[in-house]
Amino acid sequence: MSRIVSITLQNNDDARPIIEAIEKDNPDATVNLYPAMVKIDCDGRLIVKQETVEGLLGREWDVQELHLSIVSIAGNVDEEDDYFELSWNI
Amino acid sequence: MAEKRKKKLGIKQRYSMLTRGLGWDTTYQPMDKVFPYDNYEGIIIHDWEGWEDPFRLTMDAYWKFQSEKEKKLYAVIDSFAQNNGHLGITDARYVNAIKLFLTGVSPLEYQAARGFTHVGRQFRGVGPRVACQMQAIDELRHVQTQIHSMSHYNKFFDGLHSAPHMHDRVWYLSVPKSFFDDARTAGPFEFLTSISFAFEYVLTNLLFVPFMSGAAFNGDMATVTFGFSAQSDEARHMTLGLEVIKFMLEQDERNIPIVQRWMDKWFWRGTRMLTLVGMMMDYMLPKRVMSWREAWDIYFTEAGGALFADLARYGIKPPKYADIATKEAEHISHQAWNIFYNYTHAAAFHTWIPEKEELDWLSEKYPDTFDKYYRPRLEYLDKEEKAGRRFYNDILPMLCQVCQIPMGFTDMDDPTTISFHSSEYQGNKYHTCSHGCKDIFDYEPEKYVQAWLPVHQIYQGNCGGAEVPDVLKWYNFNLGADNMEYQGSPDQKLWDEWQAHRKKA
Amino acid sequence: MSVTSIGKYEFEPLDNQENFHGNQLTYINWEQHLLFCAPVCLPLPPEMPFGTLVKEVLPGVYNKHPDYEKIKWDDVIWKLDGADFTPNMNASLADNGFSHKSLVRFWTPGLDGIEGSHS
Repeated sequence: MSRIVSITLQNNDDARPIIEAIEKDNPDATVNLYPAMVKIDCDGRLIVKQETVEGLLGREWDVQELHLSIVSIAGNVDEEDDYFELSWNI
Repeated sequence: MAEKRKKKLGIKQRYSMLTRGLGWDTTYQPMDKVFPYDNYEGIIIHDWEGWEDPFRLTMDAYWKFQSEKEKKLYAVIDSFAQNNGHLGITDARYVNAIKLFLTGVSPLEYQAARGFTHVGRQFRGVGPRVACQMQAIDELRHVQTQIHSMSHYNKFFDGLHSAPHMHDRVWYLSVPKSFFDDARTAGPFEFLTSISFAFEYVLTNLLFVPFMSGAAFNGDMATVTFGFSAQSDEARHMTLGLEVIKFMLEQDERNIPIVQRWMDKWFWRGTRMLTLVGMMMDYMLPKRVMSWREAWDIYFTEAGGALFADLARYGIKPPKYADIATKEAEHISHQAWNIFYNYTHAAAFHTWIPEKEELDWLSEKYPDTFDKYYRPRLEYLDKEEKAGRRFYNDILPMLCQVCQIPMGFTDMDDPTTISFHSSEYQGNKYHTCSHGCKDIFDYEPEKYVQAWLPVHQIYQGNCGGAEVPDVLKWYNFNLGADNMEYQGSPDQKLWDEWQAHRKKA
Repeated sequence: MSVTSIGKYEFEPLDNQENFHGNQLTYINWEQHLLFCAPVCLPLPPEMPFGTLVKEVLPGVYNKHPDYEKIKWDDVIWKLDGADFTPNMNASLADNGFSHKSLVRFWTPGLDGIEGSHS
């Protein structure tokens, strides 16, 4: 049974630190490259942490800036001030 | 970043300030009269406060991010136009996918804006009302930015001049048009199930993601940019779709069978409409990203599998006929291309026989089916075309009463035999292309007997005249330019001239 | 089942036979010849003899196919609205049982389409 949650981001300068942060915080994530975009899959749960992105960017980063780079998602969304999380309840 | 400024309220509280306490219970008119549409469908809501807002974008943040997206998009559109971006696409055949997108898909964005404006008025709960109203604004932005981006191609290529006019009249555009008409004439909960859930959550990835990636691969900077700009809103829309489903299911168990039936219906209607996308991916992109089959496996089988496993705890099953739709992924793009190849004289875009390497790619991607069922036909048609006998089908096709696509789909276990289904209703016969479409008809025959089937309308004399050229003029086609085979078309001649100039330079 | 609606829901079908100027719609499909992507739809007078349909109408629909001239009409297998059917060539479509929106399918044994691909 597939439990893959997934986030697809544009492959551009705004998104690169987010992609890197996701790889750091979700060691099991698989990064798939497509023309112009990156699809990151993870089993059951995937988190984007504000702190990690800010560390990579060297500036404050509002989690909602994700809206500028997001292409698609799969999973139930939990959005907070300091993280954005996708999960399935399976 | 030690002294990070803390906002006074958390994100949940901020969003709650926006969406709660704005509504009130009316006193001099009963609530049921003020909101007459949100309970007749049979959906029982005990507590509108149980609505969980998935994305918590307050108005100030919404305007900030949307304006940033617009600035980025318009920088690219300007640059694309100033630098003659159309010269950088892989091949002029590619523009035909854009023609189909502009006439078939962009008007749906406008239909969505109308639909969400309507339902955004009709819910008595404030949470869903705000979400629908914001989505209505997004959808309007999508249709505007799409028309604006693609207008650059209209300066050079045929078939892009009358999209809204064509959307309302042309035979194959009745497929997407009737899909949205069906959704908008349903109640507000069915509308959200159809558009937000079945279409946006379950199926939209199949439309936008591989297609935009394909546009990128084919050098179409304008389309990539409007596509991704729209898609960044789409992630919010998808969560609205999932939320409305969970909301209905959590409110009352009597909602479950109604929601299941809507899912079954709209999944099937959605897959039928996406046939057009399958055809674009397998046949219309000169450089291909992935086959329709592969896109289906990633975005429906894998992503949909997890989604429906998640919803199983509410007693929801995967959509009926999902197994048939998965089998169809082997066939429908080829069958759809044949429909358009047959009737290109009546279409506002060109078709062609794929080149040898493209046929080889299809053979590789569809090893069990392409060589056996489809390649011999394409090679025969290629020979005929090269001998000056380009094949066209001169007689109008039979259409499915529900999806309105010509009855070109076969039985998936018998791919050489057309799939026929029919029903009797009040003494009349109605024909459908599949179990899925027949079930939809049989459940609400009163609705589908009103279908405006283009072929029947032509024969009734309601489409400009009795002869095909009269009908095409009524469609606003420039005959001999917008329609017919790609080889020898004005588009092809112009493109070849540009390429010749480039070589000389 | 029926439509769930906010009020009375009764509308005329758009394709009643009287809208077709004395004709009735007839759907025709040559089986296993998918060069023609779908069945065709034609408005035909109910009084047209079946033989006229075969001799005068079908060539205009299907004679671009290389198999068409090889058809042995005596061997053709017919189905009308899902049931096996032996047409009377001299009788009218109506007397052969055709009504508005009837579907007639025919098989031509021994002819398998382009390169045997059923196209």
